Amino acid sequence: MSIFLLVTIVCVLGVVGYVLARSRVSGLETDSSVSYHSRPGYHGMHMAIATVLPALLVLAVWAISSQVVIGNVVKSSISQEVLGDSAAREGLTMGIVSSISRGLTLLNAEELKQAANGIDAARPLLAAKGVAIATDASDPMVTAAFRYNGLEQTSTFWRSIVVILAALVCGGWAWTQLGARVKARNRVEGVVLGLLILASSIAILTTIGIVLSMIRETGRFFASVPPLEFFFGTVWDPRFAAAGATESAGQFGLLPLLAGTLYIALVAMLVAVPIGLFAAVYMAEYAGPKLRSVAKPLLEVLAGIPTIVYGFFAVVTVGPFLRDLSAQISGIFTGDASSFIQAQSVLTAGAVMGIMLIPFVSSLSDDIITAVPRAMRDGSLGLGATRSETIKRVILPAALPGIVGALLLTASRAIGETMIVVLAAGVAARLTINPFEPMTTVTVKIVSQLTGDLEFNSPQTLVAFALGITLFVLTLGLNIYALYVVRKYREQYE
Amino acid sequence: MNMMSDAATEKAVNAPADEPVIKMRGKDVCVFYGPKQALFDVNLNIRENAVTALIGPSGCGKSTFLRSLNRMNDTIDTCRVTGDITLDGEDIYDPAIDVVELRARVGMVFQKPNPFPKSIYENVVYGPRIHGLVRNKADMDEVVEKSLVRAGLFNEVKDRLHEPGTGLSGGQQQRLCIARAIAVSPEVILMDEPCSALDPIATATVEELIHELRENYTIVIVTHSMQQAARVSQRTAMFHLGVLVEEGDTDKIFTNPDDPRTQDYITGRFG
Repeated sequence: MSIFLLVTIVCVLGVVGYVLARSRVSGLETDSSVSYHSRPGYHGMHMAIATVLPALLVLAVWAISSQVVIGNVVKSSISQEVLGDSAAREGLTMGIVSSISRGLTLLNAEELKQAANGIDAARPLLAAKGVAIATDASDPMVTAAFRYNGLEQTSTFWRSIVVILAALVCGGWAWTQLGARVKARNRVEGVVLGLLILASSIAILTTIGIVLSMIRETGRFFASVPPLEFFFGTVWDPRFAAAGATESAGQFGLLPLLAGTLYIALVAMLVAVPIGLFAAVYMAEYAGPKLRSVAKPLLEVLAGIPTIVYGFFAVVTVGPFLRDLSAQISGIFTGDASSFIQAQSVLTAGAVMGIMLIPFVSSLSDDIITAVPRAMRDGSLGLGATRSETIKRVILPAALPGIVGALLLTASRAIGETMIVVLAAGVAARLTINPFEPMTTVTVKIVSQLTGDLEFNSPQTLVAFALGITLFVLTLGLNIYALYVVRKYREQYE
Repeated sequence: MNMMSDAATEKAVNAPADEPVIKMRGKDVCVFYGPKQALFDVNLNIRENAVTALIGPSGCGKSTFLRSLNRMNDTIDTCRVTGDITLDGEDIYDPAIDVVELRARVGMVFQKPNPFPKSIYENVVYGPRIHGLVRNKADMDEVVEKSLVRAGLFNEVKDRLHEPGTGLSGGQQQRLCIARAIAVSPEVILMDEPCSALDPIATATVEELIHELRENYTIVIVTHSMQQAARVSQRTAMFHLGVLVEEGDTDKIFTNPDDPRTQDYITGRFG
């Protein structure tokens, strides 16, 4: 019985339990004068949860552990000779076995009988089903695959029985629990609370997991490259040579990348913050409801455009435009019509990224400005202030902590942005202060270090994790600072 | 009756000192919020250097009338005002009138104390600064002290003028808002239930303040408290369902009203 079918059956049992329990309790409620602690719906939910939850837990545990158990049983049945001596060889062999066993499930009874004769008989049959088997497969592996499938069939059979039994037993227990004083509501709400806690802890645990995995790999990187060289090196030249060959290990200076990241983010913020803030002020304070209802969603459409599309825009339109413009300008002033802005430059990337960030700034700030109490506006207008005086002197100062928070959030996004930079500012890691020249960022280098078929054991690839954790610390610091600023101003203002 | 009172007030402008002077005059004032009419042909005169109380059950239009006296209704998009409202004989809805100037002459104190998220000092100089009434630090210091003294707040806050105004207690905040309003030297002060968010002690302080301010200002106050209206006002106007039911001397309204609706309201039979 497939897992899907099993889950469906358990859920149907749950629904049946809900209906039965609810109708029984509502029947009892009308019959007797006893007052019930919980409404019938809660008794129904209690019954349903008792039926479904333990069964699904059993199913999950079974599904995970059976893989491991069967794999170990099959592995121990294969002779050491076939299995190989190293861990890598073992993994390879088990991989072949499992792909054969998966292929075998596609065959019919007649074909299975033939395939049982050995690898030479099995290979063409499997190939006909589209399952390619590695060349070093051997007869014992086919035997193991048959054994594997046999065990799995048995496991699946017992799994169905145990799971359905669990559903019935726990459901039956809940049925015996139906009664006037049973606190079904509290139990149901407890389960819901548990679900909520589970959901929020998944996000937190994932973050912790990500950080831990990055720290491990970063540690391996710093084993081969000294941290001082990484954090204060001014040359980025990782040299893709033979993997792991120490003499070819390049230079991993973080500074050019960090400078590029911050520089491009700065240009982007210079574009996005004034435009976004002005747009927000207009939307929140001046635009009529009709205009607002049309313009605000349109502005937010910008936020929905994938960043790679902004990248195209930068490469095809903005970059050439800035280049030609600069050529014309220098033509007018010096007579030499050579462009001083390169097609790929910090300026191009920053400008386009700024455009991408406008909706973030404007829609976050708009919400914050709109949230300033009406009493503030009235108080100022009532004193004879104009609208713009009110905005400048009362509303923006009151909204400032929120706006600063929004801007720092936007800055984190600018720092993490990749696709626009690849296309608009190039991949050359250089240290320059001229915004008209190409630079690159940390994220771009992470991508270029990880795309390729190097193994994860050379500094060339491991550096990606060091870069990643640097970026993580940077944005984390920015977010913490944002929180600090927001708190500080809040103390002062409320 | 309208024509009679009009005629009477026409005379009052040039009248001897014991005749009351009319500061603001509402004639056939109608206010609409979208398609809904909130005020119906209100004719009400506001006497100079007197406290006029606007009373009536919730939703009767008294706040709406108050807000139309300094065009605060302009800030509501769907709001429309018809009829004439004059300040010293000038039509305040005349397109030639600058609303900023009008609001400097007709100040407002709101129901909930709404000090700006700035220091006490900055709260008070806010108005004078935007109207260019203060030139330098000495001017500002003077205006702050004078306004706070008038509002009866100076002694309580003189040592912490540069601390946030939002840190004061509710009653102090409301007096700060009054100080803020009188800092621009208005002629009329509109108060929209200024004590409804305050405890009885703070209310008493503010009422006393209103009493003193009457010397120099014309005050219009909206209130839900009958006792308050009786305590602080000389004139009372009773609104009901957007209509001005009756107006007159406070003593008369509270002891011998003409209209049965006023009688019912002040004796607590509705509203």
